[in-house]
Amino acid sequence: MLPNKLKESLEKQIAHADHPREMVVDVMLALQDHYGYLNDEAVETVAALLEMSPLEVEEVATFYTFTYRESVGKYVIHVCDSVICWMDGYESIRDYLCRKLDIAVGATSADGLFTLLPVCCIGYCDQSPAMLINRKVYGHLSPEKIDSILEKLKVET
Amino acid sequence: MENYPQVLLENCKPDRITTLEEYEQSGGYQGLKAAISQHGEGGIQQMIEDANLLGRGGAAFPAGLKLKSVADDAPFPRYIVCNADEMEPGTFKDRVLIHANPHMIIEGIIIAGFSVKAQKGIIFIRPEYESGARIFEREVKAAEAAGYLGKNILGSNYALEIVVHRSGGRYICGEVTAQLNALMGKRPNPVQPPPYPTEKGLWGLPTVLSNVETFACMPHIIRRGPDWFKGLAKTETGAGTKIFCVSGKVKRPGCYELPIGVRLSEIIEDYAGGMLDGSEYKACLPGGASTGFLPKEHFDIEMDFESLKKVGNRLGTGAIMVFDHKTCLVGATLNLTEFFARESCGWCTPCREGLPFIRDLLLRLENGEGREDFIPLLEEMGRHLWSAYCAFAPGAVAPLQSLLTHFGEEVEEHISQKKCPFKQ
Repeated sequence: MLPNKLKESLEKQIAHADHPREMVVDVMLALQDHYGYLNDEAVETVAALLEMSPLEVEEVATFYTFTYRESVGKYVIHVCDSVICWMDGYESIRDYLCRKLDIAVGATSADGLFTLLPVCCIGYCDQSPAMLINRKVYGHLSPEKIDSILEKLKVET
Repeated sequence: MENYPQVLLENCKPDRITTLEEYEQSGGYQGLKAAISQHGEGGIQQMIEDANLLGRGGAAFPAGLKLKSVADDAPFPRYIVCNADEMEPGTFKDRVLIHANPHMIIEGIIIAGFSVKAQKGIIFIRPEYESGARIFEREVKAAEAAGYLGKNILGSNYALEIVVHRSGGRYICGEVTAQLNALMGKRPNPVQPPPYPTEKGLWGLPTVLSNVETFACMPHIIRRGPDWFKGLAKTETGAGTKIFCVSGKVKRPGCYELPIGVRLSEIIEDYAGGMLDGSEYKACLPGGASTGFLPKEHFDIEMDFESLKKVGNRLGTGAIMVFDHKTCLVGATLNLTEFFARESCGWCTPCREGLPFIRDLLLRLENGEGREDFIPLLEEMGRHLWSAYCAFAPGAVAPLQSLLTHFGEEVEEHISQKKCPFKQ
């Protein structure tokens, strides 16, 4: 069940929109933040809030890079694998993350903290190789830099 | 190094945006004032057409013509959409511009919106640019408080509201019709015109959609005139400046605002600091991932829409990705094809089935498992992709087709040596 406070705040935003369904990405992302990922209950709740069918929400939910229909870790790491990062060695960055977190690409670390996913060009080609963690950008990556980023996130948890 | 006039990045600060006050002090919102009090709707459209402003998002569609295509008796409400869904690999100019001068973009949206009597403006922004989305939300409020947005803009009876719409992140959302579907909460497949969005766009109503950089040019055209704008370019056919974003094997990757028609060699050697030590220039993609490899013989080419068209290429977004003699272009094309195969919306068969097939052939070539008959097969597949539903697929095979045309020897070496010649 959605907490009343979140439900009311979403309903207020939806009421402000000209057409409820134009809010679908915002509402999906808000529920994803609440549930940890976009589970079946979240999809149905989005549909009810926006007067859409669950299938219509599903069509959109499975389309976007940043809506997760499967469970993910607290931090989702998206490593850019497009051409400039490829030229600047994203493969070694990705492999380092796999070894460090002891997971394959697409998996979540045993402590439930990190999920590793590839992502297309994030528009930081002047700072390659680059990655996003929960949509925050980190550029000019090196193993040392990754160590300190992950260490900081673990401490914050 | 020549000191070219800075227009779009004039107030660029290293670590923060240009504030509303700073923008006003440098002539900001004077264009809007003149637009409303002097030029009127038709006057603005004519000035933008006379300035020969071509869309900066990659398609180079004439911006004035687009505004004019909204009929006088078209229904209301009308929409103006700013495409900040910059996802073309190698392209980061809109990100830099948003972080440099958001009010220049906002002013451009208001001017264009006024010229087509739009009541609602939407900034569609990719989720990777969350900081940009927050900047826009904050600065739209500042523009409202200053009387540039909302009801009775600058004392006139024109009213416009601007909202920020965050995407969930997919390359195809940068395509106009796919973006409109995304804005309406539908699965963002493209739709084939006609009707064109300026006739029936969002919710079946007239919608003008342009790129961030295109909007940013408009206040300057209104304030300083179409002739001044055209005079910024180095070529007869060109108009204005362009933010070139350079990446790859150069010393200083980054965004450089330079006149349209500046030579590629000048951009790379003077502004981007030249090639990295130990690197020799081999080729570049001159305007993002959906343009072709530009071989060394064109190193001095004038970077204008027309001159690139003449050599069978495109200026695209002006994202120059530089490859050196040690980089395998079969490997680069494989990477680019993987990008397009992943980002295809899957709606039509040539794109959905063709791109993974091309990817597979390139992967086998790169791994030394290629055969001679792969080459005609790749050529044929390249042609098939042109019969796809939207412009995504022809763009997706631009690197492949130029690889086969200009770097056939490199492909052949992969076959004859049964390995990638660039790998030790």
